[in-house]
Amino acid sequence: MSILDWILIVIIPGWLLIGIIGIVFPYRPHLIYGLLFPSGAVLGVLLAVCALSGIVAAPQTRVLSLGLPDLPFHLRLDTLSSFFLFLLGAASTGISIYAGGYFRRGKGAIPGLLCLLYHVFLVSMVCVMLTDDGYAFMIAWETMALSSFFLVTSDHRIAEIRRAGYLYLLIAHIGAVGILLSFGLMAGNAGDYTFDAMRRFPEDGIWPAVAFLLALFGFGAKAGILPLHVWLPEAHPAAPSPVSAIMSGVMLKTAIYGLLRVSFDLLHAKYWWWGLLLLLIGLATAVFGVIFSAVQTDMKRLLAYSSIENIGIILTGIGLTLIFKSFALPHLAALALTATLYHCLNHAYFKSLLFLCTGTVLHATGERNLGRLGGLMRSMPRVAWLALVGMLAAAGLPPLNGFVSEWLMLQSFLFTSGLPQGYLHMLLPVSAAAFALVAALSGFAMVKFFGIIFLGQPREENLLHAHDAGRHELLGLLWFAVGCVLLGLFPNLVIAMLDPVTRLLLGSGLREAVAANGWWLLAPISQDRASYSAATFFVSLALFIPFVFVVVRRFFHGNLDLYGNVKRVPAWDCGFPSQTARMQDTAEGFSQPIRRVFSSFLRHTRQHPSPFDTNPVYRGSVEDPFWKWLYQPIVRLVEYGTNIVAFLQHGRIAIYLLYSFITLLALLMLTNG
Amino acid sequence: MTFTALFTQLFALFLAALLAPALTGWVNQCRAWLQNRSAPPLLMPYYTLHKLFHKEVLLAHNASSLFRAAPYIVFSCMALAAAIVPTLSTDLAFSPAADAIALVGLFSLARVFIALAGMDVGTAFGSLGARREMLIGFLAEPALLMVFFAASLISQSTSLSTIVETLGQREFTIYPSLAFSAVAFAMVALAETARIPVDNPATHLELTMIHEAMILEYSGRHLALIEWAGSLKLFTYFCLGIALFFPVGISLAGTPLSIAQAGFFMTLKLAAGGFLLALVETLSAKMRIFRAPEFLGTAFMLAVLAMLVRLLLETGP
Repeated sequence: MSILDWILIVIIPGWLLIGIIGIVFPYRPHLIYGLLFPSGAVLGVLLAVCALSGIVAAPQTRVLSLGLPDLPFHLRLDTLSSFFLFLLGAASTGISIYAGGYFRRGKGAIPGLLCLLYHVFLVSMVCVMLTDDGYAFMIAWETMALSSFFLVTSDHRIAEIRRAGYLYLLIAHIGAVGILLSFGLMAGNAGDYTFDAMRRFPEDGIWPAVAFLLALFGFGAKAGILPLHVWLPEAHPAAPSPVSAIMSGVMLKTAIYGLLRVSFDLLHAKYWWWGLLLLLIGLATAVFGVIFSAVQTDMKRLLAYSSIENIGIILTGIGLTLIFKSFALPHLAALALTATLYHCLNHAYFKSLLFLCTGTVLHATGERNLGRLGGLMRSMPRVAWLALVGMLAAAGLPPLNGFVSEWLMLQSFLFTSGLPQGYLHMLLPVSAAAFALVAALSGFAMVKFFGIIFLGQPREENLLHAHDAGRHELLGLLWFAVGCVLLGLFPNLVIAMLDPVTRLLLGSGLREAVAANGWWLLAPISQDRASYSAATFFVSLALFIPFVFVVVRRFFHGNLDLYGNVKRVPAWDCGFPSQTARMQDTAEGFSQPIRRVFSSFLRHTRQHPSPFDTNPVYRGSVEDPFWKWLYQPIVRLVEYGTNIVAFLQHGRIAIYLLYSFITLLALLMLTNG
Repeated sequence: MTFTALFTQLFALFLAALLAPALTGWVNQCRAWLQNRSAPPLLMPYYTLHKLFHKEVLLAHNASSLFRAAPYIVFSCMALAAAIVPTLSTDLAFSPAADAIALVGLFSLARVFIALAGMDVGTAFGSLGARREMLIGFLAEPALLMVFFAASLISQSTSLSTIVETLGQREFTIYPSLAFSAVAFAMVALAETARIPVDNPATHLELTMIHEAMILEYSGRHLALIEWAGSLKLFTYFCLGIALFFPVGISLAGTPLSIAQAGFFMTLKLAAGGFLLALVETLSAKMRIFRAPEFLGTAFMLAVLAMLVRLLLETGP
């Protein structure tokens, strides 16, 4: 059995079967959460293994005669789809394990329905990556959008969640129109919708550019690039945490997959201005996302904006790759693409970890607002330490995984001096500066996220009794935390895994350059140019910290007891004895420097109480400027247009028949004339 | 990795850890002279460390395990950073393990931990210090990266050893890009090591504190480690500045004689640098915290300008 067969015969039917068993026994939580979700996780591991072997295997194709009579489904497994399938398998394993524990404690949605939708969502994402013709792709894409819409609105009794779901569905469909038009353009009039036919699309003229822009619009709506990002911060807080995790960790990557497939594989990526466009959009998205994530007060919204930032980073990487490719610098292009794909994988890991941590916090406290959390390090220490791993990875700090991809990306920015275009020369240092700013700001946002939730004093009474995560949840979190560490420690293995993908898209890879050194030393170009060794880094820190500890304890105090009895005293109150937990920085307080420094970017409103107010309330809020400057004008325009057209609508059938008659006449006259 | 490289590495690390407090003492001494005060002894920081190491630790009631782990992590990060920078010789065992970008990452790892420790106890000043420190951090970090980038464009490498070798071996020419990045680096270093005009290391007024506000809750050996890490950071930044902009005298061969020679030059350069720092601190006043973004923004722009100048105007190594 080939790898594609394994996926088609075992994994897809397996997940569907799990979903169907779930819907047949909808109210059996023990069956669903104790057996079905864990078996789904096992299938996830299997998918990851299959995909891993698919990366090195030759492309495999199948034609399934499903669907419409003349339009069979074409399936194809190549290295690009294998890589994204690996990402899906690896991430879904941890999320499925976690979901088995999480939903058990939740209330609201019917367990069986959740089980079905969740697994259909997984299957649809597998199909998106396997399909090889536009028609099957759109079916899988729409199934994915619909199943995730129902998952987002699983708490549909809350009006806010329904609104968020509606916004998500709307933008998903506007995006789908873009993709459909792009496919239609590439397929032309021949009626052959296979990707093979689209690859033969003429490379010159204006039409490839139009197809690219349409695809960018369509996939960008799903990924959350700048003007189309507004659904992310609404949908992620609305969705249950495992769903947020899989949407942010994996579903956003399907859009990246689509963009890579269309621009590199189908349209052959010949023009440098495509890359420049992606680079600029990516940087704008990243800067915007990170600034907004730093000023959020809702923990899941903060993570949603951070996802926007990471998508921006990924797009920046694709843009660099396109620029390098169009100027025939294959090695640099491979470096940039490796960094991009590496970041996709890293983001899937750390963002899933952080979203799942917010789920546990949400269940333990019932609170999403950062201003009512705090001090959870004491009551949920295990989750806190795992969240710390995710936070350090998301902040891009060595020796974890986020740092490696940012390091690779910065390297590819640095060696751009070979570019022939003069003004690209000027632009790239400035973009590198913006990228460095994003990396540094994400540290701010992540310190805020972790510090406000887990450190300090509990801001509310009930937080003292918050319970730590259950066994399943902990296992799921551990899966991602270990992944973050391993992906950070063994970059050479990951790069060797990515090599066939870059070879497929660009014809060059980093395998030789990386293999020239041992597994512990990463030097993507040459050792003289740049090298980084996460393992040495980690080992020296891991040796040095206990060494310092032992020396200090031994020489100065003579005891090595880790939890040695230390005198506990009240915190220093600066001479003002009546300090309460509410005097700590709130989420708003912590981000005050950001609001101040970037005040021109933000629409910030605040209300001060009058000085005589005996019960003062301070309010401040930051709004997304795109609502005011882009979306509200569009909504007003649409309303204006519909009002104009509305006079045609009377509700009387006779008049409608008259309209048909007039139209028919007009058409007849047109065709005759 | 040769045996000499490993030995040089350990020696440099040991020397850095040992001598860093002396540099702090020297700067304090110079400052006192310049301000017409009677100077504390040069070894004062060592006495302070000795005193703190022997004092009992008092922990706040709700301090968590992260609070207790942070000093060890911060100190180790700073020691590792000091090891990466080619102070005496460029033939170091650690130098392939971390380049300039990783060094910036290491600094920010330490910063994140100290900020988290500041937030841990949950006092108003702790989190105030943490957010200010992160503000300085996100402004200074990109500027520092840009300084490294400008230097690495000259040597075509981000490895600190290679940068220093290239810059040390060139004929004496003036690079405008290096001049820009030197100014930017000096500004960043002032901010990162918590010196006037951005922060005041000697302040006792909580409202104006940045670094000190975060570590208000520390005492005993924890405080000693943090103070020592602070000295190490100052020392590392000095060495970085020297390595990037005045690399004359750093040993490229790695023989004992050349290292001894490098040590001599280094001491002279550190003494001169310390005096300059004291001069800057005496001549300037501390800024309001929200002037710091302008200050560091200027540093950032200068560093970007340095990169542009390098790419557009200069050619050749």
